[in-house]
Amino acid sequence: MFRNQYDTDVTTWSPAGRLFQVEYAMEAVKQGSVAIGLRSKTHIVLACVNKANSELSSHQRKIFKVDDHIGVAIAGLTADGRVLSRYMRSECINYGYTYESPLPVGRLVVQLADKAQVCTQRSWKRPYGVGLLVAGLDESGAHLYYNCPSGNYFEYQAFAIGSRSQAAKTYLERKFEKFTESSRDDLVKDALFAIRETLQGEKLTSHVCTVAVVGVGEAFNILDQETVQTLINEFEISGEEAPINESNVEQSGGDGDGAAPDQRGAAAEEGAAPMDI
Amino acid sequence: MGNVITLMEESVLSTHKAEMDTLLTSKGDSQRTQYPYVTGTSVIGIKYKDGILMAADMGGSYGSTIRYKSVERIKQVGKHSLIGASGEISDFQEILKYLDELILHDNMWDDGNSLGPKEVHNYLTRVMYNRRNKFDPLWNSLVIGGVKNGHKYLGSVSMIGVNFEDDHIATGFGNHLARPILREEWREDLSFEEGVKILEKCMRNLLYRDRSAVNKIQIAKITEEGLTVSQPYSLKTFWNFAAFQNPTVGAEGSW
Repeated sequence: MFRNQYDTDVTTWSPAGRLFQVEYAMEAVKQGSVAIGLRSKTHIVLACVNKANSELSSHQRKIFKVDDHIGVAIAGLTADGRVLSRYMRSECINYGYTYESPLPVGRLVVQLADKAQVCTQRSWKRPYGVGLLVAGLDESGAHLYYNCPSGNYFEYQAFAIGSRSQAAKTYLERKFEKFTESSRDDLVKDALFAIRETLQGEKLTSHVCTVAVVGVGEAFNILDQETVQTLINEFEISGEEAPINESNVEQSGGDGDGAAPDQRGAAAEEGAAPMDI
Repeated sequence: MGNVITLMEESVLSTHKAEMDTLLTSKGDSQRTQYPYVTGTSVIGIKYKDGILMAADMGGSYGSTIRYKSVERIKQVGKHSLIGASGEISDFQEILKYLDELILHDNMWDDGNSLGPKEVHNYLTRVMYNRRNKFDPLWNSLVIGGVKNGHKYLGSVSMIGVNFEDDHIATGFGNHLARPILREEWREDLSFEEGVKILEKCMRNLLYRDRSAVNKIQIAKITEEGLTVSQPYSLKTFWNFAAFQNPTVGAEGSW
């Protein structure tokens, strides 16, 4: 995208019918570090890559619990993401107070989208520079939505946003048809695989990524570092090329107690996961 | 009853302060229901095998006069709920207006989600409690019942915002006359006929003993499939109990 004379104001249309400021806001999302989400019929997993500014600093929080049944992963301007998470939490609490019932995630997403749209139609505002992957449960099951700075929202079976997200998307596109029936642990495993795809050769450890799960009977929670590391070790995916053959995998606990890597024998039947984008 | 007092009237009135004090409300505030005028009496609700049954008579009393005899005190709310009200009828109509708006906005989302009886109950609890805090109560006791996703719900809210859920609920005199019967005879797996029989027994009791009851009742049923409100009908009553014959014979002070 190049600079042009229609891109100064968010309220200026280009002759081709584009709002450049909004598109630039979407660029900010693409520059953020990656966040992915995938869902089955009963669970949704969110995962993201944490990039710390330097070795001295801690990494930024990109996954937020919004309510017991809703969580969000962000990519882009994390400050904007934090503010929107606070808005979402507030909406959930208010709804819960009035109706003693969890706010349906579909409605929260629409409210969020309407809030983002306002910023695309006021000359004194700017669009939010953050993309949100909203994971939540409601009466009709598990949902994963993507909210854009443009004010659009889409529902997904699986999605990835941020820099090098295309690698993750390619992986997810290959596998997504199975996701509906996947177990929770398989879903987490696929999330970790997808994250690995975006790292482009870098070693996948639990320091580099964060994983969160929400599902039927499981409130939204961020898995702690040891659990994630154990899962990574179990699945033997920390930088090795061979993916585990799905049909041979035993659901070995999967929660990190007594990590016994019994997948060794089942390795490398499906062929190496493509490491290129 | 909105009081708009001009400056001139106010100065005239202030000279007659003593007698006027009782007539004047504070300038600018409007007064709402401090005492009820047209009231409905008890509502009874029970859970039964397939859902909820609710019964109420159709009377609207104006003090001790039974003024209106076709007041529908049980109404539908959205797809999944019923509301029954005792107390001031005009406040009930106001509540129905609030609920209408609530359900409208719920439907406007058009997203497959809908407010169930639990949500309606809690919403009304907030409304009633907030009104009570402003010293401007809605003078009603409400019974909300319904079925959503196989889950039966029955709850009550009073005019001061007290709310609770139970397997059987009653308002007003029903608390004293009907609930003891229900405590004895209610079971988890009542059939529809059994439920109606128990409700009729309670309503008959109320008819005998509650002076504001009228013998014209409606029974409403709500299940997962939907809701039906019966046509109004009367209960058979029996007045030939021995104690009702010549009741004043031998009474204190008689001869």
